[in-house]
Amino acid sequence: MVRILGGLVGLGFVLALLLGIYDTVSNWISNPPQATAEHEFHEHPRKAGFSFEGVLGKYDNRQLQRGLQVYKEVCAACHSLRLVSFRDLEAIGYSEGQLKTIAKGFQVPSINPETGEAATRDGLPSDRFPLVYANDVAARAANNNAIPPDLSLMAKARHDGANYIYSLLTGYREQAGYKNEKGEELLKQFPETKTPEGLHFNPYFATLNLAMAPPIQDGQVTYSDGTAATADNYAKDVSAFLMWSAEPKMGARKTAGFASLIFLVIFCFLAYGAKKQIWRGVKD
Amino acid sequence: MSFPWAKQYEPKHPLMKWVDDRLPLPRFVYNAVGAGYPVPRNLNYFWNFGVLAGMFLALQIVTGIVLAMHYAANAGIAFDSVEHIMRDVNAGWFIRYAHANGASMFLLVVYIHIARGLWYGSYKAPREMVWLLGVVIFLLMMATAFMGYVLPWGQMSFWGAQVITGFFSAIPGVGETIRVWLLGGFAPDNSALNRFFSLHYLLPFVILGVVILHIWALHIPGSNNPTGVEVKSEQDTVPFHPYYTAKDGVGVGVALLIFAALIFYAPNLLGHPDNYIPANPLSTPAHIVPEWYFLPFYAILKAFTFDFLWIPAKLWGVLAMFGSILLLFFLPWLDTSPVRSANYRPTYRIFLWILLVDVLVLGYIGGAAPTPAVILIGQIATIYYFAHFLLILPIVSMMERPRPLPNSITEAVLAGKGGTSPAQTALATE
Amino acid sequence: MATLDEAVPPGEVQDAPADPRRRDYLAIGAVAWAGVGAGVIALPLINQMSPSADVLALSTTELDVSAIQPGQSIKATFRKQPLFVRNLTPKEIAEADATPVSDLRDPQTLEDRTKPDKKNWLVTLGVCTHLGCVPLGAGEGENKGPFGGYFCPCHGSAYDTAGRIRSGPAPTNLTVPEYEFISDTTIRVG
Repeated sequence: MVRILGGLVGLGFVLALLLGIYDTVSNWISNPPQATAEHEFHEHPRKAGFSFEGVLGKYDNRQLQRGLQVYKEVCAACHSLRLVSFRDLEAIGYSEGQLKTIAKGFQVPSINPETGEAATRDGLPSDRFPLVYANDVAARAANNNAIPPDLSLMAKARHDGANYIYSLLTGYREQAGYKNEKGEELLKQFPETKTPEGLHFNPYFATLNLAMAPPIQDGQVTYSDGTAATADNYAKDVSAFLMWSAEPKMGARKTAGFASLIFLVIFCFLAYGAKKQIWRGVKD
Repeated sequence: MSFPWAKQYEPKHPLMKWVDDRLPLPRFVYNAVGAGYPVPRNLNYFWNFGVLAGMFLALQIVTGIVLAMHYAANAGIAFDSVEHIMRDVNAGWFIRYAHANGASMFLLVVYIHIARGLWYGSYKAPREMVWLLGVVIFLLMMATAFMGYVLPWGQMSFWGAQVITGFFSAIPGVGETIRVWLLGGFAPDNSALNRFFSLHYLLPFVILGVVILHIWALHIPGSNNPTGVEVKSEQDTVPFHPYYTAKDGVGVGVALLIFAALIFYAPNLLGHPDNYIPANPLSTPAHIVPEWYFLPFYAILKAFTFDFLWIPAKLWGVLAMFGSILLLFFLPWLDTSPVRSANYRPTYRIFLWILLVDVLVLGYIGGAAPTPAVILIGQIATIYYFAHFLLILPIVSMMERPRPLPNSITEAVLAGKGGTSPAQTALATE
Repeated sequence: MATLDEAVPPGEVQDAPADPRRRDYLAIGAVAWAGVGAGVIALPLINQMSPSADVLALSTTELDVSAIQPGQSIKATFRKQPLFVRNLTPKEIAEADATPVSDLRDPQTLEDRTKPDKKNWLVTLGVCTHLGCVPLGAGEGENKGPFGGYFCPCHGSAYDTAGRIRSGPAPTNLTVPEYEFISDTTIRVG
């Protein structure tokens, strides 16, 4: 009985699927899928060659500090970093006094102790980086109807995030005459994808056009450690900084991992040896 | 409950005797996973996976209880509380990554455990109850894993909750009412998050209870073995301890090594970047996919695109997806072959290999963007999945001529075929 | 183990544990090693309950005390606990100094409990040392108890104007946290 009923149910599913296959194939023939501009012209991130990549890779604190400087002087105008506290910056090599100075440079929401009205005060190390806009409506209103996303987790919220940020920041191109690696010209193949007013063409962005204008130019930020003031360096440094802000415990993680793996490899050998000894004389 | 030659518990220490006389828990443990449980001597390393599943269940419960000390099940702060764990709680990042990747390891180990059961016919009489309880555990695990994935309240959490509760809206007539009841609202929000957290905390203990029943039911007939031939004499068995505790120790070491490599060097490999974006009810991610362990079932859901027999495509998909798991309950009666182990079933073995490849293909299709080619392959693979269990298996088990079975486990062992793995057997018999 | 030996045909019998110590050594070693691992892994699982980094970061509080007139006190918070800052009047200081230290349950002078040249500033936690209730006396019009300092309504501990325990069940004086004057009118606690 189970087998008969099961067979009927199975036949039902198979028939429904066979009709589905017919449907899929006839659709495929009558409406062959169109290549999309996103598919043909979207670029995967370029490799920036970060120090923290790989099993033994570590953050470079001087690079992270430069990245923080770029964030403060460029990105922070529109993008918040709301999950990071100023005290966290100790991990990238700042002293307590330096933390206080950095925190003081930001105004955080507070309450006027006399009137109870909303006010601001200087930041303290225990504060988080403040929001840039009071709410999404304000963010949209100030940015041509686009919300600048929070950057705290950006490097983990995109595939290959650090390289993605680096590629995006340095990836703005002139759309007219833009060709992909195969030599196809975007606007010839997909004239309808011409960048609308107010957006900017960037092949590293999923939809090819984004609201953020090219944010960095050579010479815009002055580094104090002698690193060349180029847009490429800014992009690389701020991407590294945002990787740190997304994954601040990476150093501890890799160190603990190294010890754990050594411990477990030794355990595997011991366990295998014990198994061999115990099973000695028993054929299995 | 056991073989007549099973060793009896003899307390070594007067204190243990005192306890055992009053509460025979030491005796119970001894008979369940100690020297008092005789086990076929020819089990191969695939038999490690039951113990490994138990270990990962325990690890999930421990890390989960600890995470619940810091997590806040409130839609307004759930995402930030997870980041608080990652950034501020002592070793919080380790505990959270261990829990997230522990779920993947648990499911991976259970999938191999199920495949082991399929290959060696562990679902057949007299072990049907072991299998049925196993399918119950699997269903509970899937529910628990899904609800756990919702808790961080990122984009994938939110849209996963939306899509999966959407399954219930396919039920004719009352579907939408049920969906709203499940969510406690018209879209996932605080009420849904809170109840998912409550159930996510509860269900692992239900799983633990069913696991105990699963092991109890296993101990009635005793463990199956790679030949599928029942234990006939004392020669066929060795005591579980120390023989299989030692063998399981090797598996534990290797499994933890893989687990540690994931936690410490690729903690987000199996996750999805979109879940690091806070839930946004107004914007669906471009490409939503479930966690890897649900992908084959997701592919089955997506394969049904055509209304047929007054049943809309959406309902076909949902029925097929649940059916693909529920049919496992009937497996012991769909397969009528008296031979258990695929080592001695030349025809069944071929179809089983096809099924394993088929499920991997479905897994790939489940995660791929729906181009016509992907849909077509998904439909073909889904046909095979159902045909395998509901059409091919009953027919094969009637028509097939099995190879001669050894008279006993010991005979097979002495002939050098006791604990060979499927790949070795396949090579040896080609 | 006899059964196992029987299971192996003669000639194939590998001599049963020739060196039993080595066998034990490996098994015991593996179990001991696993025990070490379990112990190490237990540490983070226990330590996660200690205060997290954000809680520790709030462990200093800066207060502006310029608005507190003699005889007044304020309640602030320090590590999520009430903190009393009291500007003592000369009379209160005199009362505190007049009390013989040897009579006290927890002998301390007012000098011990204040900063040099700032004897009028009494900074204590507002946590009764008995079982943690908040004593009265810091707020306007609250009962200051029989010794004019603080009075805990839970179990009747009475503190004097130096925050010292004078009667009731509390074992020690109100705790003076670590603090310093970073200017004449600002203190930093913690």
